Amino acid sequence: MILTMTYAGENATDLGYLLHKSPFRVHSFEQPFGKTYVFYPEATAERCTAALVLEIDSIGLVRGRRGPGGEGRVLEEYVNDRPYAASSFLSVAIARTFGSALGGKSKDRQELADSALQLEAQISVVPCRGGEKLLRRLFEPLGYDVNARRHPLDDKFPEWGESPYFTITLRREVRLSEMLTHLYVLIPVLDDDKHYWVGDDEVEKLLRHGEGWLREHPERELITERYLKHQKRLAREAMERLIGEEEPEADEAAETHTREEEAIEKPISLAEQRMDKVVGTLLARGAQRVLDLGCGEGRLLRELLKEKTFSEIVGMDVSHRALEIAARRLNFENMPGRQRERIQLLHGSLIYRDKRLAGYDGAAVVEVIEHLDPPRLAAFERVLFEFARPKTVAVTTPNVEYNVKFETLPAGKMRHKDHRFEWSRQEFRAWAEGIAKRFGYTVQFLPIGPEDSAVGSPTQMGVFSIQ
Amino acid sequence: MKLKIPELAVVALIGPSGSGKSSFARKHFRATEVLSSDYCRGLVSDDETSQAATNDAFDVLYYIASKRLAAGKLVVIDATNVQTEARKPIVALGRQFHCLPVAIVLDLPEKICHERNRIRPERDFGPHVVRQQAQQMRRALRNLEREGFRTIHVLHSLEEVDAAEIERQPLWNNLKHEHGPFDIIGDVHGCFDELVDLLTNLGYSIAKQANGDGAPAYTAQPPEGRKAIFLGDLVDRGPKIPEVLKLAMSMVAAGTALCVPGNHDVKLMRKLRGKDVQITHGLADSLEQMEKESPEFRDRVSKFIDSLVSHYVLHDGKLVVAHAGMKEEMQGRGSGKVRDFAMYGETTGETDEFGLPVRYNWAAEYRGKAMVVYGHTPVPNSDWLNRTINIDNGCVFGGRLTALRYPEKEIVSVAAKSAYAQPVRPLVAAAVAAEPELTSQQQHDDLLDLEDVIGKRIVTTRLHHNVTIREENGLAALEVMSRFAANPKWLIYLPPTMAPTGTSERVNLLEYPAEAFSYFRSEGVSRVVCEEKHMGSRTVVIVCRDEDAARRSFGVVGEGIGISYTRTGRRFFDDRSREKELLENVRAAFNAVNFWEEFKTDWVCLDAELMPWSAKAQELLRQQYAALGAAARASLATTVSAIEGIAGQNEDAASLKQKFERRLEAVNLYVESYRRYCWTVNSVRDLKLAPFHLLATEGQVHIHQDHVWHMETLGRVCNASDGLMLATAYKVVETADGDSVNQATAWWEELTGRGGEGMVVKPFDFVARGRRGLVQPAIKCRGSEYLRIIYGPEYLLPENLGRLRNRNVATKRSLALREFALGIEALERFVRHEPLRRVHECVFGVLALESEPVDPRL
Repeated sequence: MILTMTYAGENATDLGYLLHKSPFRVHSFEQPFGKTYVFYPEATAERCTAALVLEIDSIGLVRGRRGPGGEGRVLEEYVNDRPYAASSFLSVAIARTFGSALGGKSKDRQELADSALQLEAQISVVPCRGGEKLLRRLFEPLGYDVNARRHPLDDKFPEWGESPYFTITLRREVRLSEMLTHLYVLIPVLDDDKHYWVGDDEVEKLLRHGEGWLREHPERELITERYLKHQKRLAREAMERLIGEEEPEADEAAETHTREEEAIEKPISLAEQRMDKVVGTLLARGAQRVLDLGCGEGRLLRELLKEKTFSEIVGMDVSHRALEIAARRLNFENMPGRQRERIQLLHGSLIYRDKRLAGYDGAAVVEVIEHLDPPRLAAFERVLFEFARPKTVAVTTPNVEYNVKFETLPAGKMRHKDHRFEWSRQEFRAWAEGIAKRFGYTVQFLPIGPEDSAVGSPTQMGVFSIQ
Repeated sequence: MKLKIPELAVVALIGPSGSGKSSFARKHFRATEVLSSDYCRGLVSDDETSQAATNDAFDVLYYIASKRLAAGKLVVIDATNVQTEARKPIVALGRQFHCLPVAIVLDLPEKICHERNRIRPERDFGPHVVRQQAQQMRRALRNLEREGFRTIHVLHSLEEVDAAEIERQPLWNNLKHEHGPFDIIGDVHGCFDELVDLLTNLGYSIAKQANGDGAPAYTAQPPEGRKAIFLGDLVDRGPKIPEVLKLAMSMVAAGTALCVPGNHDVKLMRKLRGKDVQITHGLADSLEQMEKESPEFRDRVSKFIDSLVSHYVLHDGKLVVAHAGMKEEMQGRGSGKVRDFAMYGETTGETDEFGLPVRYNWAAEYRGKAMVVYGHTPVPNSDWLNRTINIDNGCVFGGRLTALRYPEKEIVSVAAKSAYAQPVRPLVAAAVAAEPELTSQQQHDDLLDLEDVIGKRIVTTRLHHNVTIREENGLAALEVMSRFAANPKWLIYLPPTMAPTGTSERVNLLEYPAEAFSYFRSEGVSRVVCEEKHMGSRTVVIVCRDEDAARRSFGVVGEGIGISYTRTGRRFFDDRSREKELLENVRAAFNAVNFWEEFKTDWVCLDAELMPWSAKAQELLRQQYAALGAAARASLATTVSAIEGIAGQNEDAASLKQKFERRLEAVNLYVESYRRYCWTVNSVRDLKLAPFHLLATEGQVHIHQDHVWHMETLGRVCNASDGLMLATAYKVVETADGDSVNQATAWWEELTGRGGEGMVVKPFDFVARGRRGLVQPAIKCRGSEYLRIIYGPEYLLPENLGRLRNRNVATKRSLALREFALGIEALERFVRHEPLRRVHECVFGVLALESEPVDPRL
């Protein structure tokens, strides 16, 4: 990948002094990931362009991979875009090749380094996860004039659509060090991946490089989160330190409280309402020993644990990874013994008969059935209603009729990529009543979420009771 | 003196301290058979005399005892066992594991015990202890039988102890040495005429014979070497009960038949012996007909029934017969419960709409290796379920009298001449309700059990011994199977992974045919077949003659005439109408060559490649392959043009320019490479299906046919196809013949030169064995341009290629063999109509092995 920086002005070749690299030869530097080259495609008194080219040794990177670490998943393959697309490798290259310029220091032209110059940067190519919109939202608030050209995936197959890659040009009157800093922070943010492990010192780095602009940036939260590779704890810490320095003024404080109040009054999220309803249903039916089938990462389990009535709680999921996360989120390791005895996680599948599931009072199957292929539903029905046979079963699933109310959801699309179907109330009812009849249950239907007179509620629930 | 004990028993040695139990045990039993309480005290406390450790020590002892008994191993419990409480758990163990408790009592003079204890320092307890134990033991002698000990031996003196010899006796039900062949006959219920017809059909010649007391008896001459087995319920309901008894009794007496008791037989015996039983379910018919017989005959009948053994284990444990069936854990064991199960089965405690007890469906849960043949509950048709079969077809109710020929597994029936009785539960109603379009096994297979797939598993395969599936690998497979796989009834095979050639050292090449040939040569394989490798996506295609054949052969209803699934068991097409069109197209080609008649089959399973690559790999192409091309071309082009201007000025710039031009060229070649395997698919007409293995048809896995047979047989079908199916080009090569090898190499160069993926080299025979056992079923040799898709656009640059040569194919090859063996095993089990769980186990195993960490580029 290539980054060029053009300075148009008096004694344009002084750019060489700012970068500490002579404009009249080709420089090359060894890097941990390969090589960088610096050369000047243009070097006249009026206009001078410096180019930084990265040559990334993808084979070395794949072969030298150590442990699962924090390196991007893409590095597991030789066929990946890392050698060609701007990413955190570019940030590292900027810091290692233009370290002084990044820090705003120039041995011979400090005054120039301290001045805002007419600069233009061009990068070929930048992966923009979030498209041109995000690109503009990141750079325009910083005063850049942004130009972006998107590349198609393959011009021979126009039906494949656009690629995520852009050649971008940024123009602004700005100090060189500032521009380099912005690129240093924002390129990995656009790419939304990092090739190295992100730890506590990454927070320091972000705050150091973000000094003077990040706090005011309207996208500071997104920048922080992506820069810290979506590690919530680190992002929280960074945000606290970033904003914590602000002393709220009187008016502002009042406004904050209003906002908090609004947040409380705001209807709780659909997921929360779902869990409330399911927990309430199981409690109302007197269930004590309960199953959460398809427990995922354990959101419902956490709510079930809060109710002392539930003496035995079993979470089951087909994803072993999800169960590991659930165990961590529920803090199994530090849970008091008595509490820990109430809960158990099982790796299992809803389409294989499973003796371990027999004999429970209640079962929650929350937003699970729509992830099963319709022909496999028959197996699921027998596993749950014929063999496990809990006294009460609460099944929730999306109500497809309500989809028209979601503004962001294109018509005809399902809510989740893995949904194999989404049912109307009629379809769900027919399915559930069939089950009740075949397996000796009665079933009752309840809405979850705001109910619309025409299309019903966003989530529908069937509560089965054994006869 | 011989002490007889059953071969499977729990033996309690009873006697006070010092009576010589341990020495006795050492002398007569294997060390592993003897569980000593003192030893267990030592295990848990480091002190064999610690009384404080008693409870824990016995926990350990009973735990080991139960493991042994569950495995069918004799157990001797070496403890004083003088107290009733101590013996209770022993009797309980016997009950739990259906084996007989045996007591061997060492009732020696107390003086001897004292004497022995005195010389052993660790037994410094006073004489009162022994005295008390001896008293308890003598009291015990009176109670042992009541407590449940079935065999009791008491030794009263040192002489008797010395003279004692243990004789282990096989259980009555153990007839493992009888190898048959057998003709197993279902519930007769007095249907004498039908029985005679059936036996005659089976080749027995029956003759009437007057015997001593004037009543007629029979002789039945079986066909050479065969023996009949009656599954009980000879009596009640039918018209000629005494005749049936006479024939059966004569045959058993003559050694031409075996007989197990049915519940009706035993009830009749109890009545004959004067017990008060309810005269229901046809007993009145028996009594009325027996009334006309002599008292001596009635007495003989009573003795005959009394002598019958609950069930038999035959033919080295491969066959079990019992009236109402036999669970695995009870087979070959003896207890009241076993006898009850053999005669009545188990009930769930519920009753059905006719007021009859609901039977526990033990056969559905059966996982045993032995075949179980039984009767008791009339069924309209006999079919297999988990290696069990019920052959009571309700003759007395107007159904059929049925025999199973063993080992042929052939069913022979005669129709009832009349309905002699009315069943409480209609014989046919149940069948109509269940819509018997699927067999019992197929219905049972609608649902698989988690227990049959999770945990560490060892799968025994025909081709490659035992294949171990590690638990962690199973975890991943369960997720894939549950979330993405098609109906498991279709999944009768998953293809194995394929290893590439060893690494070539030739310039600009990573793979070359020479390494493939040398591999096979070194394994002693002299002839191989090279097949053109198509670049598409692997698919397994199953096509049936019609939808009804899909039901009959696969137990799949309402899913069309077949399936095309991927190497992970997922349906190839999201668009079901496109799949349907493809399958119908394939079927038409098979129809056209009269395949079904020629192979006497209703279905066929193919291993194939479906093209274009872009038909399935759309997501991968867009997110990875095309994306890389787009990024690389744009960035490298910009770089080259940036250097262009200064390349004339200095040497460094010129060489840098050259370098990046080379890289750009590599990327352009890469893009050309993947483009070759992509084209737009608007309909089935745009697809190409290239089958290369005709894996299986009804009753056969075609691994005994060489690859040329597969190529040619499939070639005929492809030629009959209207453009969808593509015959694969191939060449037979002699690995030791230089010319032959050179020709094949030139062919590979030509194939890859025009952008082909390369070729696959297979041993001539489908299954080949070499110096170290099974040989790789196939080795792929890929072209250098194609490999850009695998190793990245710039892999051929000298600085890259050198490093990439360092690769190891050993793990991949080992994996390929194990997966191959599992895949073929799945097919073998399927064509033998084994329960689905047995097929699924292998397919699941292939999927699990695929999660082994192996270099994905190989």
